[in-house]
Amino acid sequence: MRYNWNWAILVTEPYLMWMLSGLLWTILVSLAGWVLALLLGSIVGVARTVRQPVVRAIAAAYVEVFRNIPLLVQLFLWYFVLPELLPPAAGTWLKRDLPYAEFWTAVVSLGTYTACRIAEQLRAGIEAIAGGQARAGLATGLTTAQVYRYILLPVAYRIIVPALTSEFLNIFKNSSLALTIGLLELTSRSRQISEYTYQPIEMFTAATLLYCLIALIVAAGMRIVEKRSALPGMITVEAR
Amino acid sequence: MGGFDLAYLTAALPLLWEGMQVTLLLTLFGVVGGLALGAMLAVLRLSRARLLATAAAGYVTFFRSIPILLGIFWFYFLVPIWLGHSIDGFYAALVGFVLFEAAYFCEIIRAGIQSVRRGQILAGLASGLSYRQTMRAIVLPQALRNMLPVLLTQSINLFKGTSLVYIVGVRDFLTAADVIGARDNRIVEMYGIAALVYFVICFAASLLARRLQRRYAI
Repeated sequence: MRYNWNWAILVTEPYLMWMLSGLLWTILVSLAGWVLALLLGSIVGVARTVRQPVVRAIAAAYVEVFRNIPLLVQLFLWYFVLPELLPPAAGTWLKRDLPYAEFWTAVVSLGTYTACRIAEQLRAGIEAIAGGQARAGLATGLTTAQVYRYILLPVAYRIIVPALTSEFLNIFKNSSLALTIGLLELTSRSRQISEYTYQPIEMFTAATLLYCLIALIVAAGMRIVEKRSALPGMITVEAR
Repeated sequence: MGGFDLAYLTAALPLLWEGMQVTLLLTLFGVVGGLALGAMLAVLRLSRARLLATAAAGYVTFFRSIPILLGIFWFYFLVPIWLGHSIDGFYAALVGFVLFEAAYFCEIIRAGIQSVRRGQILAGLASGLSYRQTMRAIVLPQALRNMLPVLLTQSINLFKGTSLVYIVGVRDFLTAADVIGARDNRIVEMYGIAALVYFVICFAASLLARRLQRRYAI
């Protein structure tokens, strides 16, 4: 094995800035996707537990569709197929005029995919709460919305915090798929620089360590959230 | 975008099927290799030797922290330096899948074994069974029943995940669809078909996993 080691490549311009900007895009796309996933996942998760069969069926269909198609295929559907199916004006806007199209596509794709997983966790969390609590709430005159707002959701979210931790970690890892649509995130940048410089070991080591660092920070942050939100005497549930 | 016709799809079928065979092969090897390595890791994680248990836990944490795509790149770009010639993306991806899946399978197996209550092991030992007999007759049969649906779900995840080989140019199902779509200017139809086929297979398999769980879970 002949290899010209050159660790200094990591702090050489412009590669250092490229890696940092890659890291920034990874974080941005993951966080934005996470916000969308939490919002959408909460709506779908609640919809899976309400009494109206039509609403439940739509929410279940959402979960099955997004869970059973590979994320990479979903990303391609959003990026390549959606603009073709829209009215021409909207399609052209998506393809040509939308600034940061790769970023927004990745956010929507990661968000809608992760939402189906969060929805399943939240449903499991809501179902883990004894039915008597919801009935007691209704009996005391709360509306259904109030029962969710004040009784079910506060407890359900706290039950699923550990499960959310691994989803939060997953979205950072999954964001690497966005390199296929041209988003210059961390994995993409490390590959690009190693192709330019023939220093793949240094670049991939740096990327690996940065992902580990993200994972450590996510784990530490979520541990604080877990501690603060833990329900005394409650077991936690994790949906698959 | 031309109209969709059945004759066109029929013409594309052989190439798609070739791709699907690669996808299935990657999934099969990945599951078998991942299970073997994962089972070893699980044994280490549950062993009393503190050092081995910590090392196995470290392996799991490490591989769960980084994107599998980065792992595939490691092998794809590194092995050529090591061997002096490039390797097929298939093998780079396969090594990546086995190493990464092992971490997930390890956790599933460990959780399955730990789902059997400790009192049962103690009861087995107290009734005169040896440790091996207790494991074989009491713990593992129950652990397997608990693990089975989760293992299937994880295998479905790998089946979906093998689509990542697209990035290193392996002709799997997704790549085949992509190549045909690009060649004939039918990207919309081919991606649509790819999504549909993945959905049907994964949905059917996940229904099976749910049935297994209802039937076998303790």
